[in-house]
Amino acid sequence: MKFKVKIKRYNPETDAKPHWETYPVEADPTDRVLDVLHDVKWFQDGTLTLRRSCAHGICGSDAMRINGQNALACKVLVKDVVKEGGTLTVEPLLGLPLVKDLIVDMEPFFAHYRSVMPFLVNDTPLPEDGRERLQSPEARDRFDQGTKCILCAACTTSCPSFWANGDYVGPAAVVQAHRFIFDDRDQAAAERLEILGQQFGVWRCRTAFNCTNACPREIPVTQLIGEVKQALATGRLD
Amino acid sequence: MTHHHQFDALIVGAGGAGLMAALHASKAANVAVISKLYPTRSHTGTAQGGIAAALGNMEEDHWEWHMFDTVKGGDYLVDQDAAEILARDAIDAIIELEHMGLPFDRTPDGRIEQRRFGGHTAEHGQRPVMRACKSADRTGHMILQTLYQNCIKQQVKFFDEFFVVDLIMTGGVCAGAVAVDINSGEVHVFHAKATLLASGGFGRMFKVTSNAHSLTGDPVAAVWRRNLPLEDMEFFQFHPTGIYKMGILLSEAARGEGGVFINDKGERFMERYAPTMKDLASRDVCSRSIYLEVKAGRGIGGKDYVYLDIRPETINRYQSGPGGKTVTAAELEKKLPDIIEMMRVYMGVEPMKEGVPIQPTAHYAMGGVPTDVDGRVLADAQGAVVPGLFAAGECACVSVHGANRLGTNSLVDLVVFGRRGGRAVAEFVKAAPLAPLPPQPEADVVAELERIRRQTGPEKAARIRAEMQAVMMENVGVFRTGPMIETALRTVRELKDRFGRIQIDDKGQRFNTDLLETFELGCLLDLAEATALSALNRTESRGAHSREDFARRDDANWLKHTFVRYTGTPGVAPTPAQTDITYKPVVITRFQPQERKY
Repeated sequence: MKFKVKIKRYNPETDAKPHWETYPVEADPTDRVLDVLHDVKWFQDGTLTLRRSCAHGICGSDAMRINGQNALACKVLVKDVVKEGGTLTVEPLLGLPLVKDLIVDMEPFFAHYRSVMPFLVNDTPLPEDGRERLQSPEARDRFDQGTKCILCAACTTSCPSFWANGDYVGPAAVVQAHRFIFDDRDQAAAERLEILGQQFGVWRCRTAFNCTNACPREIPVTQLIGEVKQALATGRLD
Repeated sequence: MTHHHQFDALIVGAGGAGLMAALHASKAANVAVISKLYPTRSHTGTAQGGIAAALGNMEEDHWEWHMFDTVKGGDYLVDQDAAEILARDAIDAIIELEHMGLPFDRTPDGRIEQRRFGGHTAEHGQRPVMRACKSADRTGHMILQTLYQNCIKQQVKFFDEFFVVDLIMTGGVCAGAVAVDINSGEVHVFHAKATLLASGGFGRMFKVTSNAHSLTGDPVAAVWRRNLPLEDMEFFQFHPTGIYKMGILLSEAARGEGGVFINDKGERFMERYAPTMKDLASRDVCSRSIYLEVKAGRGIGGKDYVYLDIRPETINRYQSGPGGKTVTAAELEKKLPDIIEMMRVYMGVEPMKEGVPIQPTAHYAMGGVPTDVDGRVLADAQGAVVPGLFAAGECACVSVHGANRLGTNSLVDLVVFGRRGGRAVAEFVKAAPLAPLPPQPEADVVAELERIRRQTGPEKAARIRAEMQAVMMENVGVFRTGPMIETALRTVRELKDRFGRIQIDDKGQRFNTDLLETFELGCLLDLAEATALSALNRTESRGAHSREDFARRDDANWLKHTFVRYTGTPGVAPTPAQTDITYKPVVITRFQPQERKY
């Protein structure tokens, strides 16, 4: 099928501000949006710049705004976002500093991630038999959803509270904190909850549900944020 | 301008091997990790089904059985001292990952749950065994996340989105690496006592591949361009279950949970090719069987694919579920959520109601930079070591995978030999002096990148890449013959010539991926040449290297590793055709080569 792709372009070495460029493309309906962007980059304009790696929705490199919705370009099929003769729009994520074309500076996002202690803390002695710590299947299931996160930033950069104030840790960091707070092998829940209870913590969430809609891993992000809020409010992890 | 840094040790690549090495090396040394991707984008994260270790949590198992399966899976080209370390250390390494926080699936009594995988057997091939530890079908994702989390905890120093272009070799010693900061385009010289390469594979030389776009083997090409040998490059694994045409991997765990291959006549054809292990035979055997079915006209609708069938009714009819047990759709959805979603998203099929079209996909390089069992890079087939240079993971060849890697053993390799490499680096930098830098170590890099930026001509990198991928897939794939490989070699060398006439569009400094993708293509062309040369030279069939003109394994002449080397002037550009080949004997300890049947 033939259609147009309209891409927000910005070259920091020559442009004062971003502008739109439109390219005619031909693609199969089951091609990915990433395939379309590659077609433009490889055969029309080599200056188009984007991040991508695995191309099947796992590495989290190619989150961007596709027709105004955050998604991974490698996980959206052409047939689902554009019609024959229509126009597909692609632009960089909002809320993070623009670097070039579809690339934003991810450092503020990763700084928020690092701020919530995203690692297991357990200083008790290891099992004497030299084997694994035990965990029931039910306890393992309790934090399963958050373990799916690929740190693509689709959620955080769809959040109106994050757009309003980039100091908010954002939904991805809360999901990462949730993954450890509700892991019964971990001992630092109180410290993480204290971090998330502060001014730029979880209370900035206004339950807009944009994050849940944006997540390419179908994590119920808003629900996990709600569970962290509840733990803060009740002081209990159940 | 050029920036200068000095560290005890560099680690190039931030996937499983690089991060494991970083965690261990940085306990005792000042370490920097340089990665062209953000660490969590690394391809380890796409590994799905599991990581093997003879924990025996589900049924009786022993590390010695795991070692045997590894040696047999590798068609006896495996160095058995290394395979013994792999199988023994796997147990302790998986426990270490659990202690780091990795959320493994659990048994009812709280232990790590395990599943079956291709080629993993009890009692030396008697029956499938549950050995693969897992976290649903995102085991690699959980390993990558857990290792990165622990690097944050341990405050490991990262240079994210830095592209290593060259190694600094001086008097036979490695003194660091030269990299480009992708964001600024500026060149950085990293001076170090030790450099450990952990850059992963280079499957992007093939048309249909499970590999990420970024898997172009740049540091491996740097090793080649600096006249150091590459080992066993002819052995490239084609995984049987790539999504048709796209090559996206569907884990072997699908068959571990009972899935079977079905041809156009509705036959479970693996019963003919591998009577004992059937659909859980090793990957080379399954890929060849699919190819032979297609060749015999039994592909679906006469085309070049077959079905992977995971419908519960199929699994229960063949009693192919784990332990012959009945399975339900709900159980499969819980155990294989990601790959079932991929089948739905990318193929538009409903795997609980219909077969999924699959074909073999280029997946894993058994060969690479030769190392000893502590990650030290070998300078020659006699075993001399390159001081200061180490490698681990897919870019390395220890060799634990021999001629064909077993499923899950890549992840085992990453953690076992990443850890050993990291410890060896820490030990090395305690005593080693910092080799002085040669004058202007960045000069070759600056000149080559400027040359690509400025050169004019009619060629496009994308076209040359597509031609390379097509000719390698067609001629150096699941089956090969001498004339086919010669065609590929000739074409690759012509493409190298045309590489000098590529004109890029982006002349800028910042985030110039047009420039870097072109540089990556040059690396792939070198590695494709090394692969074809090694494949042409080996006149036998072994593991993943199947020569239709030399159909049998030939232990009398070929029970040895290939060392292929570029012998011309060292540099950073695609190399001219000046090469030699030497051989290293296979280490055999416990298991004498036997005929290989599944």
